[in-house]
Amino acid sequence: MNFVVPDFYPAAAEIFVAVMALVIMLTTTFARSIARSLGYFLSQFTLIAAAFITIATMDGQVSYTFSNMFISDLMGDFLKVMIYFSMAIALLYGRSYLADRNIDKPEYYLLAILMTLGMMVMVTSNHMLTMYIGLEMMSLALYALVAFDRDSARSTEAGMKYFVLGALASGLLLYGMSMVYGATGTLEFSGVAQSVYNQAANKSVLLFGLVFLVAGISFKLGVVPFHMWVPDVYQGATTAVTLILATAPKLAGFAMAVRLLIWGLFDIAEQWQTMLMFVAAASIILGNLAAISQTNIKRMLAYSGISHMGFMLLGLLSGVVDGERHFALNAYSSAMFYAVAYVIMSLASFGMIILLSRAGFEAERIDDFKGLNKRSPWFAAVMMFVMFSMAGVPFFIGFFAKLAVLQAVVAAGYFWIAAVAVVMSVIGAFYYLRVVKVMYFDEPLDTAPIHAPADVRVLLSANGIAVAALGIAPQALMSICAYALLASL
Amino acid sequence: MEFKTFVFYFLAAILVFAALKVITARNPVHAALYLVLAFFNAGGIWLLLHAEFLAITLVMVYVGAVMVLFLFVVMMLDINLERLRQGFWSYLPVGALIGVLLVIEMAMVLGGQYFGLDAMPVPPEPQAGFSNTRELGRVLYTDYVYPFELASLVLLVAMVAAVSLTLRKRKDTKYLDPALQVSVKREGRVELVKMKAEKE
Repeated sequence: MNFVVPDFYPAAAEIFVAVMALVIMLTTTFARSIARSLGYFLSQFTLIAAAFITIATMDGQVSYTFSNMFISDLMGDFLKVMIYFSMAIALLYGRSYLADRNIDKPEYYLLAILMTLGMMVMVTSNHMLTMYIGLEMMSLALYALVAFDRDSARSTEAGMKYFVLGALASGLLLYGMSMVYGATGTLEFSGVAQSVYNQAANKSVLLFGLVFLVAGISFKLGVVPFHMWVPDVYQGATTAVTLILATAPKLAGFAMAVRLLIWGLFDIAEQWQTMLMFVAAASIILGNLAAISQTNIKRMLAYSGISHMGFMLLGLLSGVVDGERHFALNAYSSAMFYAVAYVIMSLASFGMIILLSRAGFEAERIDDFKGLNKRSPWFAAVMMFVMFSMAGVPFFIGFFAKLAVLQAVVAAGYFWIAAVAVVMSVIGAFYYLRVVKVMYFDEPLDTAPIHAPADVRVLLSANGIAVAALGIAPQALMSICAYALLASL
Repeated sequence: MEFKTFVFYFLAAILVFAALKVITARNPVHAALYLVLAFFNAGGIWLLLHAEFLAITLVMVYVGAVMVLFLFVVMMLDINLERLRQGFWSYLPVGALIGVLLVIEMAMVLGGQYFGLDAMPVPPEPQAGFSNTRELGRVLYTDYVYPFELASLVLLVAMVAAVSLTLRKRKDTKYLDPALQVSVKREGRVELVKMKAEKE
């Protein structure tokens, strides 16, 4: 027995969030009368304090702890901070929306914090076991959140659908992991990489496992052909939950793809790049074409999310060309920039739906945005920023995100997929611009004044300004992404 | 053939048969019972692999607790089998195509050529006094303490989710709190009003 107590310092943020989850559970149970606001404020405190802890313990070094199951690096720290911020913003936007519908129970915040912990575990895992446990923690909490409005048949149905399909996807992922274990004899990503590099692993078994790993990752990112759940779940869940579902988990999914494929299986990159190429092309085509015919804006944004995740994969799949690796850093940082940019845009777009909704009314049809300019010129402008940015109109953040991944794809020499992406984003511009058109040129159907608390208004305005401002100066965020990856690789 | 090999093939054949019956049995109760059989045989195979503790845990936890609960649930629910089978034939072609493809892939990879006895190193014979349970416990609370603790939080998530989705306070309930009943004072129930005597 030579057991050494693991170094807890790199995992300080995870431990803090886990403890706070228990604190929230116990305090809201015993202080029933103020439980709702207590749950909310404690979760916001947890997220902000966790951000401080993560930044304070950040040292730019790659360190391992818990017998190499936990990795602490700059990429993980950056993604974790982004996850805290997107969760905090999502909780803030959703609070009055949930209160209007009388579902702002403290369990909502507790599940959100446990979900954050699951995502943190995924981002910092260096072992397939912790990756899987983190994924399950995130997914289980999300299934419950999707079904949280339990008196609504649609929400319950969406939760059930997501649960059954998610369990199947977890099964596929686990099967893939077991095959990789069978081929390499280890579950640790660095060990897997070593074994693949030494060609000690059996290639056929490895590739067989890889297929299932890619399938599992694709499901969690919601890309074709594992996208069927996305529109139904986005539409069925209450908008506050859709907001959570469409933001932070995408960052965790990105981290999962990076850890499994790049940290673990970088030496068979050409194989998974080919798989991802078809997945990405199909997602971009299907997402953009299916979004055109939608009348429900949540469904439209769901299909647009499918195509955005396809774009994000474009960055991941252009790292290695003919065994040459000097594009890798550029390509992966463009994918990371895309994921972060998508999260910022997605927060604002679902935030706008929440802003226009009120007790007993869901602004989920595109028609509900008609004449928004007459009701509130400023928020019409915010929505316009977001739609322009998602469409990839120049000088918004979405434009630079698309530009970066397309540059990476062209540098890698995959011209056909770059052409598909460009043509499809032109087609996709139609449905984004249609929203702008109905806001500015149609008569409002609904003339009720916009009722939203001041904090939502201020933060949503800031969110819209961020979409525009980061587009004018994207270099800072881009270089943070590149630097974080450089320090971690 | 060695006796051990015979036992393995015997258990494996029943396991595969039971697993097939789980998904093809028409009656859900039968399916659950076949799953119990499958668990027993898997436990037997694990015993052959010297994983005594895991084998016994599998039987105790899954057969003893999980499946019994599951059987209760299946018997309590009124499952409409006709509705469950709806759409079976229309989805069959696509499902069968993907299934056959997967089986072919599996057959190509999972055969003896990669996972045969000659491809795998022979595990060392355990020393005298080797305890499976002790070894498991040793790594579970040391090397694997991080996933172990996280797994407990996953269970917490499941618990919170289940409670928050199903617990309801009924509004029409006639339940009275005994503590409140006992602590009733005279002032709470009877009010003495002073008034002048009135004459007819």
